[in-house]
Amino acid sequence: MTLFRNAVFTAAAAGLLAGLILAALQTYATVPLILQAETFENAGAQGHDHSAMASEPASDDAGAPGAAAVTHEHNEEAWAPADGFERFAFSVAVNVLSGVGFALLLVAVSEFAGGISSWRQGMLWGFAGFAVFTLAPGLGLPPELPAMPTADLFDRQAWWIGTVAATAAGLALITFRGSVLFSVVGVALIVLPHIIGAPQPTSHASPIPEDLHHRFVVAVTITNLIFWMALGGIVGIVRHRFLGQSRNLGKSFA
Amino acid sequence: MNTASPATGVVASSASRTAQLSLVALLGLFVVGFLGFSHLDVVHNAGHDYRHSMAFPCH
Repeated sequence: MTLFRNAVFTAAAAGLLAGLILAALQTYATVPLILQAETFENAGAQGHDHSAMASEPASDDAGAPGAAAVTHEHNEEAWAPADGFERFAFSVAVNVLSGVGFALLLVAVSEFAGGISSWRQGMLWGFAGFAVFTLAPGLGLPPELPAMPTADLFDRQAWWIGTVAATAAGLALITFRGSVLFSVVGVALIVLPHIIGAPQPTSHASPIPEDLHHRFVVAVTITNLIFWMALGGIVGIVRHRFLGQSRNLGKSFA
Repeated sequence: MNTASPATGVVASSASRTAQLSLVALLGLFVVGFLGFSHLDVVHNAGHDYRHSMAFPCH
């Protein structure tokens, strides 16, 4: 299990750093917009409920059959970090954990392809991660602010996961198969989820100003871009300390 | 490390290599899936700003 251990160490080191970068970026770029959106949410009739859910079936969360009757105000029943430092601290912790999670995926997949040999190659891998996890799902399901109307949560999660899987598979076919046929199939796979289409809310009427949402979409996209480029670059830098020399040295890309 | 392993061990280590890297990927999927997709209220609330900021389907 040496390889497993070394791959996990690589991912932990890179994910920790990139996660901290992501937390810092979110604190300045996205969280203020979320807090601003919550003022619209709280101004609504339903208190700090994610009132957009009123249009959703009971599948939202908790899975309790009675949840629908009790309304969706899960935040008032379940524990939540207190606003301010506690909320910030939990966000940082979750960001670091997720940095490690995405790093585990990036390291595993890139090791199958021979390993990332340099920070520049790593940044290309990072851009692929950004395309798979942010760009592709974000086309059909743009980043949401609290209080925005949404389609059923489960449907959206299923479309999100399918889109990520199809985009990753499509990119892999194009990059590693080197034949026209596979490349065409790869492009088709990337396009397919968007032909199927993401689940949309019945009405897009939203208490959130269009301008605020647009700024949020840009902020989310750019912070994720920086996170992924940093993650890939850092993996490229730290990898050889844990996993030895890459078999990809000398290849110009991927 | 396997890149340095002698050629005689290549076949055997290739299967184990696949298994170990798959395990790494599974661990990553579990972490990301739990943080981004768990329907547990506590997980949702703890990572609320993160989920929105990563454009995970939320609420």
